[in-house]
Amino acid sequence: MSKAKFINLVDTTLRDGSHAVSHQYTVEQVKAIASGLDEAGVQYIELSHGDGMAGSSYNYGWSATSDEELIKAGSSVIKKGKLVVLLIPGIGTIEDLKMAADCGVKVVRIATHVTEADISEQHIGMAKKLGMMAIGFLMMAHMALPEKVVEQTKLLESYGADCVYIADSAGTLLPEGVSERVSAVVEALKVPVGFHAHNNLTLATANSLAAIEAGATFIDGTCRGLGAGAGNTQIEVLTGVLEKKGYETGVDFYKIMDVAEDIVEPIMNRPQVVRNASHDAWIFGRLFKLLAAYLPCSREIQPRS
Amino acid sequence: MSSCNYILKPRQFITKGDVSVKKIKVGIIGPGNIGSDLMYKIMRSQYIELAMMTGVMESEGMKRARDLGFKTSIEGVNAILAEDDIKIVFDATGAQHHLKHAPLLKKAGKIAIDLTPAAVGPYVVPCVNIDKVKREPNLNMITCGGQATVPIVYAINRVAGAKYAEIVSCLSSKSAGPGTRQNIDEFTQTTARALEVVGGAKKGKAIIILNPADPPIMMTNTVYVQVEKPDIEAITASVNDIVKQIQVYVPGYKLRVPPILDGDKVTVITQVEGRGDFLPKYSGNLDIITSAAVTTAEKLAQELLAGEEA
Repeated sequence: MSKAKFINLVDTTLRDGSHAVSHQYTVEQVKAIASGLDEAGVQYIELSHGDGMAGSSYNYGWSATSDEELIKAGSSVIKKGKLVVLLIPGIGTIEDLKMAADCGVKVVRIATHVTEADISEQHIGMAKKLGMMAIGFLMMAHMALPEKVVEQTKLLESYGADCVYIADSAGTLLPEGVSERVSAVVEALKVPVGFHAHNNLTLATANSLAAIEAGATFIDGTCRGLGAGAGNTQIEVLTGVLEKKGYETGVDFYKIMDVAEDIVEPIMNRPQVVRNASHDAWIFGRLFKLLAAYLPCSREIQPRS
Repeated sequence: MSSCNYILKPRQFITKGDVSVKKIKVGIIGPGNIGSDLMYKIMRSQYIELAMMTGVMESEGMKRARDLGFKTSIEGVNAILAEDDIKIVFDATGAQHHLKHAPLLKKAGKIAIDLTPAAVGPYVVPCVNIDKVKREPNLNMITCGGQATVPIVYAINRVAGAKYAEIVSCLSSKSAGPGTRQNIDEFTQTTARALEVVGGAKKGKAIIILNPADPPIMMTNTVYVQVEKPDIEAITASVNDIVKQIQVYVPGYKLRVPPILDGDKVTVITQVEGRGDFLPKYSGNLDIITSAAVTTAEKLAQELLAGEEA
């Protein structure tokens, strides 16, 4: 890598991180975190229930505050960056997307299981119609071989996605598994490619680097690694790592360190560590075919992205 | 306690002598998976017989219908309109098409059974509200998730009062066709509305999950209801009763997890195994909506036949 390359960091403390606080974020907390991230130079700040807009439910856990109120709170403090929301078709709908657009959201990530990209067509189409940036986001990418991931991301691109994401939702991939998938997609598509890691194998940062080396230009992270299960890539650390590697992110390393320590950490209910239960996801992934028919409905497939 | 007293007698109770009973002629528009499954179900019926299968072009489904000896046409709704004998028409096309078909069928005096999300007419769940809507010219079959979960919400609501009902339908990826996929919002929105309008919940919410596991999973539905009166005995009796009513027309419908009470939250899980008529058994989601449609048509046919005799 001779020339410094720009990496778009997407902070999802207020979305995937929402799982780690049982979706109990308040308007004040959202404002503090979002404005801190914005001042630190994070370009993309994602905010929603952990399972996307309209995720608040018996099945996925109730939010303390409605999506709309939190989105408005985020929107009111973000000056330089862009507010992002997550929408999982089958949970959220186009009505939620319109609400988000009305509240000033500029970017939406439409997430589906890695083999089910074709349920996102109407939402990507509507996002484009609303003038939003649409990111197609494939979850549980470890469950599909690179060829399948390529086929599915191509669908997303054909629907008008401005960027496609490969999400290792169960934190199961090793760096080579990430490289294979990302490089295959980078080669096959014209749009930028992103990667979303989980830390179940404590490889989130390494896998993010592998994705970048394979050509990904959008990378997710959260302050203190907050996220579902074992959590995500720790964004303040990743910022430093990327700086060391010679990549540009536009994010101020010291400022985002402060956001993580001063604003996010005091909100945390528990340390974000890799607990035994986080490996259920890994085992689950391996035994998926055997287990799927016997597990309770709500856990069968809906991944924590 | 049930409003389902009308339910058809199991076939074994119909005496041999009934075979000469006149059947009502029906048509199907849309020879796809749903249309084909309807065809096989109609072939078993004592009250309705298939007069014509129509589409807009030649297809596997058209050939299948012809091979079974049925008349087919690529003139779509127009071919059906030209047949005066056809009294009931199943529309298994798409919402946009049904919006065009509905007024034509109504004008021609044919009853439409709408398996699309168009919802021109009222929602119908055979074991819940058919007696209320049986005079309507157009009946909508909601969604597969609606057919599988609305009765449970209805059963809970009638004894415990449903403040909020939330359902999660898990279907095998293989059984979700392109129509469902391209317009998945219609599933969530229509099902949620039916939980309120037919199920009686003050507020409804629906979630759909497509599960790509192989071998394919059976359709599984989790129903959560926040109740006013957490009387678990009454709730269990009511749910057991409605499950029996559904099993009359969907034999593969079963209670996987009986009602569990947690505070004021009731959780029920049901599973639907298809009959395997045309679609595989894992397509319980499709089976329940075609079964409900045929059951609805049979009920209407019985009314028509009774009217003719009177």
